[in-house]
Amino acid sequence: MELYQLTLKQAQELLAKNPGRKSELITALSNRLKNVDPKIKAYINFDSKRIESQKNEKAKGLLAGVPISIKDNIVTQDWETTCASKILKGFIPPYDATVVRKLREAGALIFGKCNMDEFAFGSSCETSCFGPTHNPWNLDYVPGGSSGGSAAAVASDIAIAALGSDTGGSIRQPASFCGVVGLKPTYGRVSRYGLVAFGSSLDQIGPITKTVEDSAMMMNVLAGHDERDSTSANVPVPDYTTFLSKDVKGLKIGLPKEYFVKGLDPEVEKAVRQAVKVFQDLGATCIEVNFPHMKYAVAVYYIVAVAEASSNLGRFDGVEYGFRHESANLRDMYFETRDQGFGAEAKRRILLGTFVLSAGYYDAYYLKGLKVRTLIKQDFDQAFQKVDLILGPTAPTPPFKIGEKMNDPLSMYLSDIYTISANLAGVPAMSLPCGFSANGLPIGMQLTAKPFDEGTIFRAASAYEATAKWHEKHPKL
Amino acid sequence: MTNQYEPVIGLEVHVQLKTESKIFCSCPTQFGAEPNQNTCPVCLGLPGSLPVLNERVLELGIKVGLALGCQISSKIKFDRKNYFYPDLPKAYQISQYDMPVASKGSLAVEVKQDNNEFIQKKIGITRAHLEEDAGKLLHEGVRDGSWVDYNRAGVPLLEIVSEPDLRSPEEAFQYLVSLKAILQYLDVSDCNMEEGSLRCDANVSIRKKGETKFGTKVEIKNMNSFRAVQKALAYEIKRQTEAVENGEKISQETRLWNESKGQTFSMRSKEYAHDYRYFPEPDLVPFTVSTARIEELRKSLPELPKARIERFHKEYGLSEYDAYVLVSDKELGDYFESTVCEKVSPKLASNWIQSEFLALVNKDGIEIKEAPIKPKAFAGLLKLIEDNTVSGKIAKDIFPQMWATGASAESIVKEQGLVQVTDTKLLEEIADRVIKSNQKTVDEIRSGKPQAIGFLVGQVMKETKGKANPKLINEILERKLASLGHGKA
Repeated sequence: MELYQLTLKQAQELLAKNPGRKSELITALSNRLKNVDPKIKAYINFDSKRIESQKNEKAKGLLAGVPISIKDNIVTQDWETTCASKILKGFIPPYDATVVRKLREAGALIFGKCNMDEFAFGSSCETSCFGPTHNPWNLDYVPGGSSGGSAAAVASDIAIAALGSDTGGSIRQPASFCGVVGLKPTYGRVSRYGLVAFGSSLDQIGPITKTVEDSAMMMNVLAGHDERDSTSANVPVPDYTTFLSKDVKGLKIGLPKEYFVKGLDPEVEKAVRQAVKVFQDLGATCIEVNFPHMKYAVAVYYIVAVAEASSNLGRFDGVEYGFRHESANLRDMYFETRDQGFGAEAKRRILLGTFVLSAGYYDAYYLKGLKVRTLIKQDFDQAFQKVDLILGPTAPTPPFKIGEKMNDPLSMYLSDIYTISANLAGVPAMSLPCGFSANGLPIGMQLTAKPFDEGTIFRAASAYEATAKWHEKHPKL
Repeated sequence: MTNQYEPVIGLEVHVQLKTESKIFCSCPTQFGAEPNQNTCPVCLGLPGSLPVLNERVLELGIKVGLALGCQISSKIKFDRKNYFYPDLPKAYQISQYDMPVASKGSLAVEVKQDNNEFIQKKIGITRAHLEEDAGKLLHEGVRDGSWVDYNRAGVPLLEIVSEPDLRSPEEAFQYLVSLKAILQYLDVSDCNMEEGSLRCDANVSIRKKGETKFGTKVEIKNMNSFRAVQKALAYEIKRQTEAVENGEKISQETRLWNESKGQTFSMRSKEYAHDYRYFPEPDLVPFTVSTARIEELRKSLPELPKARIERFHKEYGLSEYDAYVLVSDKELGDYFESTVCEKVSPKLASNWIQSEFLALVNKDGIEIKEAPIKPKAFAGLLKLIEDNTVSGKIAKDIFPQMWATGASAESIVKEQGLVQVTDTKLLEEIADRVIKSNQKTVDEIRSGKPQAIGFLVGQVMKETKGKANPKLINEILERKLASLGHGKA
């Protein structure tokens, strides 16, 4: 086994026993990146000199010496952070995001910055100004998005573990497409300080890992209250690894009727139904639950998320940082900078968001959207009175081909139909592998729990993983 | 033709709240730092940064609300006001839209009537809301182009909006004076218009007297003093009245006051009005303030102008108007009380402070606290008047000397031999002489014009070079004139 193939747990154990092998691990991973990433294009900022200078540094902490990769919308001090947008090219943040600081304090080494859809707007990693990332299982396919770079890096063993961000499925859908584990924590569980905002009331940072155990280990470092983020919750953080390797006997799992409908790919449905069987065999009870407002989730999301995004992206105006198109006057500078700096999908969302917040339309769209959002939350509350977890597909289809949906934004948006509602409700949800399509592409399933009950997700996911062992399959590269 | 129109005025006052740090980050608020020295990722609006409310700002906002008799919102919520401008780092200002911290209050203002009497008028306060300030653009004294200083970005502001209850530029002026007084008593703001810690925009329209509907309003900005607000309003009312009389329509617009030209100029019309796309700030979770906390803050309020006026009236026997003038400026009220503490007559102190003292303060254009005569020294002079050591007239000569040199009244009196003549023998001799040489006045008095005695007092004063005690002279003269009368009878 090569060092770059190590899981986070294995790497952590190796370095705890033998801290001197840090440099060996880093070198192995750097070489893997040089060999494989030209095909995958998971990284948009990898600085071999920086890594070289840090690989012999002594490290202490829970993740001492372990390299972690970061989605490029999470700011890293003195290290360019672009959100895969031309408009932020050259922006060197003067500070670390709270999650980056926590990783560093835990002894981790920040390995590289991963590709993504521009400002996390997309489900395929194709809207990046640096070009698309490729799916490690088949280079003609998308890795999913927006955290496609992070998921592809983990799946192709050019990252031990990575951070992604999830506003409507941006961790879970690429995890599903790449056959890895992606967790969107409860809103407020992980600090957003230093995450370049997309939809502030929906965004969460979370881990993308090779195994469920790695995910729990990452959450032990990432979770917790941050006084710099008013929306972060002051709720005690359990040791998430204590939920692992527990059985699921007596666990009640809900299957939303509304998830298994037309539009769901038969292969995906089959894989998820088989997973249900596995849980039942393990002693869990599976019952049908109702989500009467689920059908509004995508519509509500594309009002709330774009409204917040249009405001959040106002600051990219060429005045303070990033790209500026020099012009004769201020108005032209704004117009030209934003016209040339933003890609098509970013412009589409800024326009949509500006529209729904406009005088005369606010009540009809944004305010109504917030009301329906409350109804969707209530659907979850009601379901969780009956069950401990909700199980369903992560995405309606296996990965699609690069270019397939780029000219069809609506069909692209539907790729997040199962993931969006967890963001609207603020509940935690994980995607983990549950099979492969006939042509060898990964399929993921989604486990959703009550707010701040990530523990139950870890419990069920680890039990399933130990039985199904999908994580032992690797793409041939 | 008499004016058949009345103005309707409402004021929007932005007050910088006096806190050590900014509203959403820990950067200092101090004025006059090097450009962009007091900044951090939060107030620079760098990608990924998030705001955290400075609790002190909320406390000060609630205190002002309570002092203005407002209802305090139990739910504290912020909103984003979106617009593009280089001084606004995030392209939105965090403000309060539909749930201001305070609303529905009022402010009592002393308004001068046509008969020169003052009556109290209640001006409604629509709302007061918290928000962050923007940065400052620098166009001059810098290299090519414009530069931005973000030191002011994120400085806490309270915007206080009045009802359209003001009916003249003078009322607007008095409103500002009274509002400033409250803010000073609360010690929540420096209220310094030059440094921008207090800014005022005015909305003004005119309508026919008796009309209940409002006319089209015009917003005026860029006034740098209370007097400028008054002047700009007067100009604007005249402009609107003339326009209406010429059959023109007033257009809803924003106009800028040009102090040197003494005119307002159109800045932008309503067609260019912003759509600010307000929506709830998702980065700040709404929270509730307990009634107990509000009551705690209410109890912590200091004595406010209204109560102090009442107390000055009762405790010192001042007229309500005198009390109002002294209290309207906290420093002035404090100066008065410190003076009275030295055991001098409150009435005398009040008269002197409002006349001689304020005259020199205004002439030098200084703050009360910078006055070279401190209350103790000032009381020293007043005591010399009270114990008849000097006359009021002489005291008025001594006062500017104290101001200029810092010497005490006692030492000036001693050095220049200004001690009042209370030697009755000497005064009687002079009185006899004056009566003898002013027979005509004496006759007038005796024919029933007692007030003519003033002239004789003046003559005695003249002979003593102002050092005589006028009360004493009066007594002596009256006694002598009376005995003359008896002699004749």
